[in-house]
Amino acid sequence: MSVFTYLLMGFLVLCAIAVSLSKNLLNSILIYMSFSLVMSIIWVILESPDLAITEAAVGAGVTSILFFVTLKKIHAIDEKEKHKKNEQKKD
Amino acid sequence: MSRKKTEKEYEKTFACHFFRWLHGEKDLYVGQMEMRPQEVYQESKEEAEKRQRAKNILLNKIYGRKKSKSIKYLELFYRLASILFCGILIYLLLLTVSWLPPIGVADRPVNNEVSKRYIEKGLEETGAINIVSGMILDYRAFDTLGESHVLFVATVTVLIMLRLDKKHDNGTDLSIEEAEANDRNYEPKNDAILQMSAYVLVPAIILFGIYVILNGHLGPGGGFSGGAIIGAGLILYLNAFGFQKTERFFTEKTYKWISFGSLSFYCIAKSYSFYTGANHIESMIPKGTPGAILSSGLILPLNIAVGLVVACTMYAFYAMFRKGGF
Repeated sequence: MSVFTYLLMGFLVLCAIAVSLSKNLLNSILIYMSFSLVMSIIWVILESPDLAITEAAVGAGVTSILFFVTLKKIHAIDEKEKHKKNEQKKD
Repeated sequence: MSRKKTEKEYEKTFACHFFRWLHGEKDLYVGQMEMRPQEVYQESKEEAEKRQRAKNILLNKIYGRKKSKSIKYLELFYRLASILFCGILIYLLLLTVSWLPPIGVADRPVNNEVSKRYIEKGLEETGAINIVSGMILDYRAFDTLGESHVLFVATVTVLIMLRLDKKHDNGTDLSIEEAEANDRNYEPKNDAILQMSAYVLVPAIILFGIYVILNGHLGPGGGFSGGAIIGAGLILYLNAFGFQKTERFFTEKTYKWISFGSLSFYCIAKSYSFYTGANHIESMIPKGTPGAILSSGLILPLNIAVGLVVACTMYAFYAMFRKGGF
């Protein structure tokens, strides 16, 4: 069990570093989502299922959805427009 | 002597002005103040060139972007200093963690009379098997009230920041940016896979959320987490079927009344129990047998109230991010 816990904690540290180093905003959000998911598993291991449910619902669910909507609003995940802009630059 | 004034006399009085201003019939400042609409600033070509030249001179000569060596050193220093700062911060945090008392030692500062009472008398006094629920909705109910209000205030702030003007909603002449901001025009996407999975998943998600809320005093869960689950289910439904379907049961009015009703119910219920507790009056609310679904006094209705507020808030956040309103 303790090996499993250490594995999860190592994954947390890895996620935290990867979020700040990732250049793509979409990838950052996905990594953040997985961070929350692993965190909720760790809450279960620490015997606080109340927090685990909340973390899974809020951290991995609603917050990430709001992030996605924000990215869509600022056109950070609109691939078609990126291509258009690149073509215009080339011209 | 009659105190009645003629209408012309009344119009000159302060009270008339005040009430007309209060009802929004007359703006006191219109016509009284010198106002001029601001002109749009337009830069001529010469000015723009001049500004650009001045900026280049500034960058090259004063900041020495191209040649100065001290700038290089300064940049290097910045990087080193930031790394050093982060290192020191990490070291301090780890040092603090190492000073924490080990788990399972009897004379930790956490083991005082407060937690002792919670653990020993919690079940007897609150009637909730889930002691966490008993704590946050009975002993520390005031904190949870604050949390619900923080969520409500956050929604209000988002509403202020992201709201679209109502008058454009019915008109057809939306500008391009507004049409883009108003996602409603592109709804629903009619994605078959998404709609089918939502069709299967949404009832299950919402039922699970209701289960988590209603079982808050018996097992893990409670108002906040259950409400978040229901909110997520509503968001999935909205994504699959569009605003037209959700507007049949959830509008701005629904949100307003549900939030107002649950928050004020929470306030009133908790005021009652604080009042009876502070004055040593026997509370009228029965505790019930621990373990039954209808037990533990006020915790179940409070859980439902918090869950309603949280579910509506999550949905409202999403709706306002998407199109600036409901």
